[in-house]
Amino acid sequence: MKILVCISHVPDTTSKINFTDGDSKFDTNGVQFVINPNDEFGLTRAMWFKEKQGASVDVVNVGGAETEPTLRKALAIGADSAIRVNTEAKDGFQVAKELAKVAKDGGYDLVIAGRESIDYNGGMVPGMLAELTNANYVTNCISLEVEGVNATAVREIDGGKETVTTSLPLVIGGQKGLVEETDLRIPNMRGIMMARKKPLNVVEATTSGSETTSVKFEKPAPKGAVTLVDAGNLDELVSLLHNEAKVI
Amino acid sequence: MSVLVYTESENGKFKKTALEVASYAKAVANQLGTTVTAVAVNVADASELGNYGVDKVLNVSNSTLDKFNARSYAAVIKEAAQKEGAKIVVVSQSADSKYLAPVLAVGLEAGYASNVVEAPLNTAPFTVKRTAFTNKAFNITTIDTDVKVVGVSNNSFGLVENSGSASAEDFSPAIPDAGVTVQSVDKATDKVTIADAEIVVSAGRGMKGPENWGMIEELADVLGAATACSKPVSDLGWRPHGEHVGQTGKPVASNLYIAIGISGAIQHLAGINASKVKVVVNTDPEAPFFKAADYGVVGDAFEVVPALIEKLKAFKAANA
Repeated sequence: MKILVCISHVPDTTSKINFTDGDSKFDTNGVQFVINPNDEFGLTRAMWFKEKQGASVDVVNVGGAETEPTLRKALAIGADSAIRVNTEAKDGFQVAKELAKVAKDGGYDLVIAGRESIDYNGGMVPGMLAELTNANYVTNCISLEVEGVNATAVREIDGGKETVTTSLPLVIGGQKGLVEETDLRIPNMRGIMMARKKPLNVVEATTSGSETTSVKFEKPAPKGAVTLVDAGNLDELVSLLHNEAKVI
Repeated sequence: MSVLVYTESENGKFKKTALEVASYAKAVANQLGTTVTAVAVNVADASELGNYGVDKVLNVSNSTLDKFNARSYAAVIKEAAQKEGAKIVVVSQSADSKYLAPVLAVGLEAGYASNVVEAPLNTAPFTVKRTAFTNKAFNITTIDTDVKVVGVSNNSFGLVENSGSASAEDFSPAIPDAGVTVQSVDKATDKVTIADAEIVVSAGRGMKGPENWGMIEELADVLGAATACSKPVSDLGWRPHGEHVGQTGKPVASNLYIAIGISGAIQHLAGINASKVKVVVNTDPEAPFFKAADYGVVGDAFEVVPALIEKLKAFKAANA
């Protein structure tokens, strides 16, 4: 089985979010970038398929040279080779088109992306990629088993989960549950050394435009101070929620 | 040219999000001077949509659509959009609509903006405001394609009643092979889901162990609320994954979010930021959550929660 894991290069979850260039660009100053958490769960599941079922695992990112350390980290975790599509990621549709080209050219059986990136939160790349490559598709995926060409997946739905069966080629939108937090791997020194020698191929983009254009960013209005209620006077809290906040 | 809206249903009844996206579609139609057409799947009586601005309903009745499937449903909506010549297609951001929207966007060669929180800021260029960085920021985006798909965040626009009536039309689109077969659904039918809940009661490590969740469930019960939990609680296996809210869990956009024994890590606050009113109960007055909350109680959850349950029961009895 040939697996492709799509890696998004995102600010660490604890990053302060600021903007620059007239609020049109994310301010990367002092920000630590990581593998998108939803993608890392998928990558870790892919490593399981590699170790137990002899799958090959490649990783891919659409972005500039600044994303290469994130791809190297994926190689250090255990992916076999990396591909970087050399263009600025402008929107989900454009990224999906680039990934679709890589997925088709490489003849991958299983493509695992995150259900969404934690920066743009578009939640559209896996679905678009599946449709563009005519593959089956399951998102919000919290469990995945593959036997031959048949796959069984569990999808988180509102208020529960559903189990589905499908077949390869398949695109997955992964998230926590695909593996547990404790299954995530921190690259060791050997992995980091080996990652330096693994191939990281840069390919040029095939599409030029995007379907949407980011105009600018805004930060939420600052919050007013908290109203503290004495623990011995909860009638006041009930009254505030009813009369002031009008939520009960 | 009308605005098309996919109005989601469950067991033949519209979900609340369906009425919200219908309200949104009406606002867009008003801006453009056009009408609203809804697509409803396996709903016996869709007339309710008229109260939320829908002019015409395309009723699809087909037993192969009894179980949700992204590709089949996307095909239904795509054909409806083409039949109506719709340039704007509005969907909710429920798990199912988020699943189908990207497939639909590819089918219609449409730009898609997800997590939209307001009526369009402008119609030419078509400009929307959406959340990004998990609610830590908003992103103003234009959709530049001829056909556009707009995903409206749950509980962001609200319901807008409209005194109108919707005409009904049977619609029998072609339904392609799904490729994915639902084998089983595991869903508590008697519980409010986090996505639909007006009120969410959430608890963290301050509860000390899973055996103490009885009072959290009782508090949720009194309020008709959904229960949720913080990331550490789900990682420890005290509560199911589906209850984990925060940046890598579920987003919450309820009217009221009550956090019990949750310190307020940045990734938790990001996930619940879209909730309108936040209440925190924590023993530590320095807990970061107090900076993000509207109302706070410094106190022991094991005393505050049972007392609050009694006060709320008395309040409900008095206001019944």
